[in-house]
Amino acid sequence: MSWQPSASLPALQQRAKLYQIVREFFLAQQVLEVDVPVLSEYATVDPFIDSLKTKVLGRNEYLQTSPEFFLKRLLAAYQHDVYYLGKAFRQGEQGRRHRPEFTMLEWYRIGWTEQQLIGEVNNLLALFFPEKHCSAFTYREVFQQHLSIDPHVATAKVLLQCALNELNGEIDESLIAGDKNTLLDLLFTHCIEPKLPLGVVAISDYPASQAALAKITEDSQGQIVAKRFEIYVDRIELANGYWELNDGAEQQARFEQDIAYRQAHHLPVLPYDQSLVDALNEGNMPDCAGVALGIDRLLMCWLGTNDMSDVVSF
Amino acid sequence: MGNYSTSEFRSGLKVMLDGEPCAILENEFVKPGKGQAFNRVKLRNLNTARVWERTFKSGESLESADVMDHDMEYLYTDGDFWYFMDPISFEQYPADKKAVGESYKWLKEQELVVVTLYNGSPLVITPPNHVEIEIAQTDPGIKGDTANGSTKPATLVTGAMVKVPLFLSTGEVIRVDTRTGEYLCRAKDS
Repeated sequence: MSWQPSASLPALQQRAKLYQIVREFFLAQQVLEVDVPVLSEYATVDPFIDSLKTKVLGRNEYLQTSPEFFLKRLLAAYQHDVYYLGKAFRQGEQGRRHRPEFTMLEWYRIGWTEQQLIGEVNNLLALFFPEKHCSAFTYREVFQQHLSIDPHVATAKVLLQCALNELNGEIDESLIAGDKNTLLDLLFTHCIEPKLPLGVVAISDYPASQAALAKITEDSQGQIVAKRFEIYVDRIELANGYWELNDGAEQQARFEQDIAYRQAHHLPVLPYDQSLVDALNEGNMPDCAGVALGIDRLLMCWLGTNDMSDVVSF
Repeated sequence: MGNYSTSEFRSGLKVMLDGEPCAILENEFVKPGKGQAFNRVKLRNLNTARVWERTFKSGESLESADVMDHDMEYLYTDGDFWYFMDPISFEQYPADKKAVGESYKWLKEQELVVVTLYNGSPLVITPPNHVEIEIAQTDPGIKGDTANGSTKPATLVTGAMVKVPLFLSTGEVIRVDTRTGEYLCRAKDS
C-alpha cells in the first residue's frame, strides 16, 4: 500500500469548494446545518443495506448508513428544516462508485412534497452543472420507453423473460429464481440506467414494494405507487428522496416487514430504531420531503472522473 | 476446494462456472442505493478461451477451480501428445492437441513454458512471449538488404511460418513474438 493520497490537490480543493457551495445554498434557504451521531445502538433494517457493527463499552453499536433516523427525530422535536453533510457507512459496498465509508448530504423540507424537493435538488445541481438539461420521468415511463413493460403490473415471469432477452441469458441462477423486486432492480440497473438521457434526470413514483420510507399513494392512473424519487446525473445515481412517511404505526410495520424479510432470507436480524417510532408517535413529526445525495459521486461528476479514488483523499 | 463469494472476486481468480474452469477478468459492483446489489463479472472460459459475461446477486459464490500454472520443460511429441516435465518433481504430463493448440509452433525441446493444469491435467500451454528458433527453410539471403522493409516467408524448425526480412538465410536463428507470430530480430548468438 502506498502512503500517498489517491486524490490530487486540485481535487481536494474542488471538494472544499463543493462544501462551501452547498453550505451557502442552504444558508440562503434557511435550512439549518446539524451534526448528528454516527454511532447508534440501532441499525438500519433495510434488507439491502448492511450496517457496520462495533462494540462500545461492551455494547453493540452500529455506524449509521445514513443520518435519516436522527434527522427525523430532530424534525419531530423542533419542526425545523435541517441538513447533514458528513460521513455514512455501509458494509460490503466497494467498487468504482462505492465505498464502505462515504460522504452524504441529506436534507428535509417541511410542508413540501417530493416533487417540490426534486425542483430544489435540480436548483442545487445547477450550481455545479449549469449547462446540463433537467428531465423527469416516472418509473413506469422509463420501463415502457426502454423495455415496453409496465413495471407495476408485470409479473416476475414477464420480467425474467425480458431480462433473459436483454442480457442474452447472462444471468446467474440465483437471479432466475429472483423475486419481482430483484428483477426490477436488475432491469433498472442493467437495461435502463445505461439508456437514460444525459444530464440531470429525476425518476419518481416507484413501485409500492420499493417504497422504503416513502408515503404510498395512488397515481393518476389509479396505481398504488411510492412517493419516492431518484436523481441521476449522466446516468450515475446521485440521490434518493421521499415524501416522508410520518405515521409511527406504519413506520413500525415497515421495520417489522424488513425484519421478516431478513429472517426469511437468512440475513442478519438487527434491532430497528425504536426511538424513531417513538418520535413519530409521541413527537410532532411534520409532513415533509427529504433526500440523501452522495457527495463523492457529485464530485466525481463535477470533475468528470469515473473512479471514486480520484475524489477521496485516501 | 473452497468457494469464493462475489466480494472476493478479483481479476485472475479461477472459478468453476457451468462446469467449466474460468478465470475472472473483471468484477463490477452494481447497486442501486435502495435495492438489490449485483456483481457484473467478465470471465474467460479456460477450455475455449471465450469471454463470458455473467451477472450475480451479490453474496452468491462460485466453487474455486483446481487450476494452477506451472513452469515446465518441453520434452518431445509423439504426434498425438506433447510431453512436458515438472523440473522439480520430474513428473511428466502429456498434453493433447486441444491443450497445445497453435502453441506447438513455438515449442523447443528443453525450453520452459507455462503449463496450466486443471484437475492435474494440462489445460493450456503458454509459450514464453519471445522465443528463439532456427530457420529450417527460406529463399537465399540477399546480402546488405537491411533497409528495405520487404519480407519473405521462412519455415522454422518447429514448423512455424514467419515473415522475415530478405537478408536472412536458412540456418540462422531468429527471435519471434509468440503472441503475434511476428519476427522481432536476429538472435544475438546466431
